[in-house]
Amino acid sequence: MMNIQINIDSKTYPAIAQARHHVAIADFKLSLKSGEFVCLVGPSGCGKTTLLNIIAGLDNDYEGDIFVGQAHSHPKIGYIFQNPRLLPWRTVRENIELVLDGNQSPTVIDPLLEVMQLTQSQHVYPERLSVGMSRRVSIIRAFAVDPDVLLMDEPFVSLDAPTARQVRELLLTLWQERPHTVLFVTHDLREAITMADRLIFLSAAPMSVISEITVPISRSERNNESTIEAFRQNLINNYPEIKQLL
Amino acid sequence: MLAFLAVWQGLAVYSNSNALPAPEVVAKVFWQSCITGQLPFHLGVTLLRLVVSFSIAMLLGCAIGIALGRNKKLDAFFDNWLVIFLNIPALVAIILCYVWFGLVESAAILAVVVNKLPNVIVTIREGTRTLDQDLLDMARCYGFSRRKTLAHVIWPQLHPFIMGATRSGLALIWKIILVVELLGRSNGMGYQLHLFFQLFDVASILAYTIAFVAVIQLIEVMILKPLDKKALRWRR
Repeated sequence: MMNIQINIDSKTYPAIAQARHHVAIADFKLSLKSGEFVCLVGPSGCGKTTLLNIIAGLDNDYEGDIFVGQAHSHPKIGYIFQNPRLLPWRTVRENIELVLDGNQSPTVIDPLLEVMQLTQSQHVYPERLSVGMSRRVSIIRAFAVDPDVLLMDEPFVSLDAPTARQVRELLLTLWQERPHTVLFVTHDLREAITMADRLIFLSAAPMSVISEITVPISRSERNNESTIEAFRQNLINNYPEIKQLL
Repeated sequence: MLAFLAVWQGLAVYSNSNALPAPEVVAKVFWQSCITGQLPFHLGVTLLRLVVSFSIAMLLGCAIGIALGRNKKLDAFFDNWLVIFLNIPALVAIILCYVWFGLVESAAILAVVVNKLPNVIVTIREGTRTLDQDLLDMARCYGFSRRKTLAHVIWPQLHPFIMGATRSGLALIWKIILVVELLGRSNGMGYQLHLFFQLFDVASILAYTIAFVAVIQLIEVMILKPLDKKALRWRR
């Protein structure tokens, strides 16, 4: 578990060919408590993926600083990308085993495969999987490393509603079993309310925080759709500044 | 194959000259030089040179190719040199190697490597440029070691390029090795062919050529095809 301090003064993309100089993130501040589940809600193209890439350490070309956990230890990050990013030339099981570090036994994968209903398919190559199955593999991969920080970039996009709900519930179960700090990107407000401790609403590019709202609904009531819907209506009525996002 | 032999036989009977011996004559010569051990010895020597120079060229070429493909500054610096080396005539490289290092085995190997290396580098560099950044990012984010990234992320993507370099490389190296042997070695296929040329012994030249083609076919069927099959088994 780790707390995270994000402080990005600016992140810009230089002009290339026809594309003009683009400011993706400006004056962005956010802090996450250890073990907190935070959802980022914002319009598409506003820079959410860029933010996750910066936190994951994949993009170092920005002004500002990011602090993840203790200063000298390297945090373990699980990143569920928008597309599954499985290695097509390795089987489902090999794809997951590859991310384990030397101290972890490969058997940690088995219960995860069981939960995600992929035990039958563990020796299949990813090209034979459906989109939903590939996505579940990428979710297992992120959990298998036993991450301190879990980054999720619209992981349920392109899943059909029942599958999405199923995977969402599994995700919450896993998160409650092994708490870690979660940063979850979505543009689906219902989904965000169902999952998050705290909602962060983001502006269009250059991205910054419009408002932060804590979700006071207890975990046991999250399955109740009318409670979620009531909270959503309440948000829409009481926070005019986020209306444009909904 | 049978049709080819029939045409050959027909042409040989029709022309009835030393310049085109009949298949059975060639077969006899082939068999005799196998029994005396001449053909296996010279073919073996050439094969050994092939294996050594090919391995050096591929290993170095892959390493340099990946480095250039991954590093723009390095690439910009060496790009011109690469074009120059690509276009040095094989004969010039061979002669210079022999002049500078003497008529020794290492000079022969070096000459072959110098000829082949730029091709490998260019092919692998192009391959490296097409690597999937998404997968590399995934590997980085999950803390893959360099070795792991190379073996599981980069290598499988480079496979078609490496096989391409291997196939074109074998073809090129065969040809260059023969010239190298002809110019400065006292054994190997090139040396023998030179000898037969001076004796106008077309039957022997054809017998050696057939041995040669057979070996290439064997390499393709026994090594390259199974490698392809294993590496591409994940494709639908």
